[in-house]
Amino acid sequence: MRLLVCVLASVLFMTVDHRRHHLETVRAAMAVIVYPLQFAVHAPFRGGKWLTDALATRRALREENERLRTQQLLIQARLGKYEELAAENRRLRKLLDSSVKVGDRVLIAEVVSVDMDPFSRQIMLNKGGNDEVFRGQPLIDAHGVMGQVMHVNPLSSTALLITDPGHALPVQLNRNGLRAVAVGTGATSDLELTHLPNNADVVVGDLVVTSGLGGRFPSGYPVGRILSVETDTGQPFAKVIVEPAAQLERNREVLLVWPGKEGASNKAQYAEGQEVRS
Amino acid sequence: MSLVRHQGGKAIVLSFLVAFMLMAVPLPEWADPWRPPWVTLALIYWCLAVPDRVGVGIGWVLGLFLDVLTGTLLGQHALGLTLVAFITLRFHKRVRVLPLWHQSVSVLLLVVLDRSIALWVKGIQGLATADGVVFSPALTSAILWPWVFIVLRDVRRKYRVA
Repeated sequence: MRLLVCVLASVLFMTVDHRRHHLETVRAAMAVIVYPLQFAVHAPFRGGKWLTDALATRRALREENERLRTQQLLIQARLGKYEELAAENRRLRKLLDSSVKVGDRVLIAEVVSVDMDPFSRQIMLNKGGNDEVFRGQPLIDAHGVMGQVMHVNPLSSTALLITDPGHALPVQLNRNGLRAVAVGTGATSDLELTHLPNNADVVVGDLVVTSGLGGRFPSGYPVGRILSVETDTGQPFAKVIVEPAAQLERNREVLLVWPGKEGASNKAQYAEGQEVRS
Repeated sequence: MSLVRHQGGKAIVLSFLVAFMLMAVPLPEWADPWRPPWVTLALIYWCLAVPDRVGVGIGWVLGLFLDVLTGTLLGQHALGLTLVAFITLRFHKRVRVLPLWHQSVSVLLLVVLDRSIALWVKGIQGLATADGVVFSPALTSAILWPWVFIVLRDVRRKYRVA
């Protein structure tokens, strides 16, 4: 009897969770209970990091400082040029009567080192609803797009990486603006551009950027580079593999982006829109 | 009387907490598919040891928390653990007296069932999953079962869980 109730409840939960999002509050409430456990698992890693920082020698720190200084100088110089280009871009766009927003609001989140389901690509972040994180929020690192937020809990959130088999990302080639959809394969370092015809103008090494279609990801963020293009005349579409630019399995800190906003949250605007295929 | 009968609840809770933490400990990429389902193992043990206290309902609740912990569809682990608890309860008198290596085989079958349900749920969601790798946790849990059993039995005796 109890078995029947539990099995039915499970099936009901799964159906509701898969089709609609009514159970997000239940999940968030339970996540708060689970969070101390995850935090406890994460604590030794955090302590280890703190310890390496604390025990770093003076020389190593000076060397790092030196390196960062040079890097900052380089980036500053490049940024100066970028500012100029952005201003020019704005001016030109004004001439074309279309507006574009540069400079999205971002927040640095730390990746909590806990393992999730091994058959999907997810990571856990230490920022949640209390920091205005919202469902579907884009996630980037210094090199490119990482994924989007799936579940928001008060203190933490989980994000789906772009390599998850259930994730699809609208992209375009930077060189010629050819649009495509980058679907995760489940492998750590592979994305696939689906439904590109055999004669599509795709060259190995092309930069792939987000197209902004679907309204979930801001346009123009780098996604990766074309790794291989296989054309088989027997197949209707070419098999195009993209290598993600973001360091999906390595980074400790990631950036949460509020697209097109420099101030207040914009939950309503991005709550709906393109649906994730999972 | 019931006070005498039901003691050591803390030990049970604690063992499940440890199991949950072991589920979340980061493992290297190659070892991750081989991680034994610690919560399932703990549930099987407690169902064998104290079948009147740990059963289907607790399995279901644990499964829900496991879903939240691992970020799967809410109910996937719950369904699996419910069935595992039910079958263990059904056969606990028979399995309890078997030698440890023989119990390992039963554990293997139970974890295979658990994983099959996970695979089935993923399949319905339309998510492609790695084929044979899905059942690798069953192998590791069968190998580790004797140790899990002995450790939890010591815990049970120490805290006089009955």
